[in-house]
Amino acid sequence: MTTPALKEWPLWEVFVRSKQGLEHKHCGSLHAADAAQALHMARDVYTRRQEGVSIWVVPSASITASNPDDKGELFDPAADKIYRHPTFYEIPEEVGHM
Amino acid sequence: MYTQAMDIPDESGKKLASVSNAPSEQEAAFEARIEADGRIEPQDWMPEAYRKTLVRQISQHAHSEIVGMLPEGNWISRAPSLKRKAILIAKVQDEGGHGLYLYSAAETLGTSREQMLEGLHSGKAKYSSIFNYPTLNWADVGVIGWLVDGAAIMNQIPLCRCSYGPYSRAMIRVCKEESFHQRQGYEALLVMMQGSEAQKAMVQDAVNRLWWKCLAMFGPPDADSPHSAQGMRWGIKRISNDELRQKFVDATVPQAKVLGVTLPDPDLKWNEARGHYDYGQIDWAEFWNTVEGNGPCNKERLATRVKAHNDGQWVRDAAQAYARKQQERAMKEAA
Repeated sequence: MTTPALKEWPLWEVFVRSKQGLEHKHCGSLHAADAAQALHMARDVYTRRQEGVSIWVVPSASITASNPDDKGELFDPAADKIYRHPTFYEIPEEVGHM
Repeated sequence: MYTQAMDIPDESGKKLASVSNAPSEQEAAFEARIEADGRIEPQDWMPEAYRKTLVRQISQHAHSEIVGMLPEGNWISRAPSLKRKAILIAKVQDEGGHGLYLYSAAETLGTSREQMLEGLHSGKAKYSSIFNYPTLNWADVGVIGWLVDGAAIMNQIPLCRCSYGPYSRAMIRVCKEESFHQRQGYEALLVMMQGSEAQKAMVQDAVNRLWWKCLAMFGPPDADSPHSAQGMRWGIKRISNDELRQKFVDATVPQAKVLGVTLPDPDLKWNEARGHYDYGQIDWAEFWNTVEGNGPCNKERLATRVKAHNDGQWVRDAAQAYARKQQERAMKEAA
C-alpha cells in the first residue's frame, strides 16, 4: 500500500508557549502538507488541554543542529572558566546579599 | 531535537550500515552512559540491536494506540448520554494523539511513517492483543478505561524512565493524559453499578470477559520472555512482566471491591507471606493464538483500519495539491 501524499508531507517541529510571558518550548513533531495544516494539527495534538497560548511550527529541515561528535570542542572550553559564575567570588559576610 | 530526519533524510540505510561496525570506543561510551542511567538521544551512536529493539517496541506501541481507537470508536454513536459521548470522543482523540507521539519517537530512529503503516496494514507488525476482542456492551467501554488503560498505565509509567530520550518524553506526555482514561472508565462503571440489576449484570459480564485478557497484556511470564533481560540491561524495560502484573492485580482487587464486582478467578486470594495477591493460571495458548492473528476480531480490526486509511487518501492528496499550488503561486508572485 503506497500513500504518495503522506510520503511527501514534510516534517515540522512544534513549539508551544504555555503561558503569556514564558518562552516557546519544543514539544514534538508532526507531518503536514504546509504550514497552515501543521499549525492546525499541532493545535489538535499538543494543546487539547489548554497547554498553550501560542504555537510555532518550523520545517524540521530548516533547523541546523550541532553535531554530537563536536560536543567536546563546542562545550568544553567553558568548563575551566569558573570565574564566569558568581560563586567564584568570596564576599565578606557582613556585606549581605549581593 | 525530537527528530533526526533532518540529519539523515534519504540515506538512513547507508548511515546505519556504516555505524554497525563502529569502533568499540563508541560502544564503550554507549555502555557507560547506560550504566550511569543517562539518556540516549537520536544523534548518539547506538548498537544496531538497541535501535532495532526500540523501533519494534515503539512502533508496536504506536499501532496499539491507533488500533485501540477502534473498539471504543464503535460506541461513540451509541453512548448513553451526551456527556458520555463527549468524554468518549475526547478519549479516542487522545489515543490518536498518543499514536502520533509514538510514531514521531520511532521516526527519530530512522524508520519512516510509511514503513510503519505498511507493517501494520499488511499484518506484519503486531499490536496489543487486547484490541482483538469485541466490545459487546456499554460496560465494556467502562472496563476498557478501568482495566485496559489501568494495565497500560502500569506498563507505561516505568517507560517514562526509558533510556531512549524521545521514547521517555513521549511516555511522560502519554501518562499525563492516561489518568483521565482510567478514571472516566471507573466512574462510568460506578454509575452503572447504582442502576438496575440488568446494568449491574452488564458490568460484571464485561469484567468477566476482559479480566484475563488484561492480565495477559503484561506479556509472557518472565521465564518465557526472551527479550526481557536485554531490554532491562539497556534500560528500555525497567520492571519485569510478572512484577508489573502483580502490581496491577494488587492495585485492582480493592478497586473491584469498591465497585462491587468480583474478579473471575477462584484462585485469587491474599497471600500474607508474600504480601501480594495470588492469582490463577493465564491461558497463554489463547493469548498466542490471538497474537498470531486468530483472535475473534483480528481480521475485522485490520480491515477497518486499512479502510479508514484508504478512505482518507483523497484528503491527503488534496492537502498536498493545495500546498503545491500555494507554493507555485507564491513563487510566481515573487518573480
